[in-house]
Amino acid sequence: MAKTAEEIADVIFNMVKEATGLKKLKATDLTKAVIELHPDVDKQLCKDAIKILMNSGRCVYTYFGGSYIELPHRESAAND
Amino acid sequence: MADNTVKTPMLDELEKGKWPSFVKEIKMAAKKSPMAQDLLGQLEQSYNEKIGHWKHGGIVGVMGYGGGVIGRYSDLPDKFPNVSHFHTIRINHPSGWFYTSKALRTLCDIWERHGSGLTNMHGSTGDIIFLGTSTPHLEPIFSELTKEGFDLGGSGSDVRTPSCCVGPARCEWACYDTLALTYDLTMSFQDELHRPAFPYKYKFKMSGCPNDCVASIARSDMSIIGTWRDSIQVNKDAVLEYASKGMNIQKDIVENCPAKCMEWDGKELHIENSYCRRCMHCINIMPKALRPGKDRGATVLIGAKAPIIEGALLSSVLFPFIKIEPPYKQIKDVVAKIWDVWSEEGKNRERIGEFIQRVGLGNFLEAIEVEPVAEMVAHPRENPYVFYEEYFEEDEGEEEEK
Ligand code: SF4
Ligand code: SF4
Repeated sequence: MAKTAEEIADVIFNMVKEATGLKKLKATDLTKAVIELHPDVDKQLCKDAIKILMNSGRCVYTYFGGSYIELPHRESAAND
Repeated sequence: MADNTVKTPMLDELEKGKWPSFVKEIKMAAKKSPMAQDLLGQLEQSYNEKIGHWKHGGIVGVMGYGGGVIGRYSDLPDKFPNVSHFHTIRINHPSGWFYTSKALRTLCDIWERHGSGLTNMHGSTGDIIFLGTSTPHLEPIFSELTKEGFDLGGSGSDVRTPSCCVGPARCEWACYDTLALTYDLTMSFQDELHRPAFPYKYKFKMSGCPNDCVASIARSDMSIIGTWRDSIQVNKDAVLEYASKGMNIQKDIVENCPAKCMEWDGKELHIENSYCRRCMHCINIMPKALRPGKDRGATVLIGAKAPIIEGALLSSVLFPFIKIEPPYKQIKDVVAKIWDVWSEEGKNRERIGEFIQRVGLGNFLEAIEVEPVAEMVAHPRENPYVFYEEYFEEDEGEEEEK
């Protein structure tokens, strides 16, 4: 059955969670990984899923030389 | 707060001379902004020690967006608590940088309420830059800006805020409506601007004619530069008038034409338009006598960048001439294909120009389904734009027949 954007958002969220502390993932890495796992899913659905994660605050964009998708956390450079 | 009578002998040196001084501006702001006062203190210390005291913050932003805020923290927060956070905000500027004074006041009022009051009008990409605020102020600033019709610009691996020259709003040389195209691309690519999903940044810059006042050929991944494909319009009487007023048409115009396609016999100027390189030289020198042709559009070029991973690149021709008319389908279609290929195959932090160099122009053109043409050759005998496969196939076929 065709996946919804919400379901793909959960898939992406879990990928990000599992990679936390090991590897920073970019939107393109996540899109490729989702399509490999679910070949019937297209790029637009992945885009919509990432939007859902960002708008809900479950994930955040970070920038370290390039833009990544991560779980919200306190960065080490931050001052209180 | 640092003592606002703090001595800044190193910075004071930068106030000397006839030119504008950022130190003078920060001192002016420091009269009422504690952030600007601590900024002076931290800068003075940096100049003394020859060490920067900023830390990069990679995580601050507004909810949902991945661009528009660049995080900065002081590594001397106890000494300069007012610049402990000193984030930069990029705001999407209006096409051609046209503002009403009311809009400028609105921007400055928002910024004085929530930040240091220091601005940079404008950053090198073109955005309005607000310098120095703290994390708790980011969402309130964003909400006040959007209420007034402004939005954040791009940063990170996304489409950077498109920018253009003043175009037909003020300039008679504009060969297309740069402002309209810039606005359209900005609105069409909102997602790509706010939600980074590329290997690295992607900049659009629109210039109305080959004078290229926004230097798009050197500074943008996609340069859209106005041009014409018919003949330069010549007002013969006006040419004679220039000559009668003392202009040396032979020396100043004909001999400086890079295509050597002009002739002047003292009475009439002849241009061999098929050789003209559309450089604008003659038109700039005799604006009353010469104008771009009537069949106008743009050359689309790709791949410029400043040096980071590889050296600096100028953009090179993708489409020698296209008409630039709404809804700009040809540009948007090719951009979608370029982003697809680059997102799929590009390396992290690899600009499109570097990507093309790595995979080869021939392979790139094939992937985006654009036919090679001679105008794409940047340097003769260098661009691998000729596809040899078909010749090999023919040869193989011939051998089999033998
Ligand atoms: S690039 Fe050409 S059209 Fe645009 S402002 Fe400069 S001279 Fe005018
Ligand atoms: S535009 Fe440039 S190349 Fe063309 S005729 Fe004038 S000077 Fe020559």
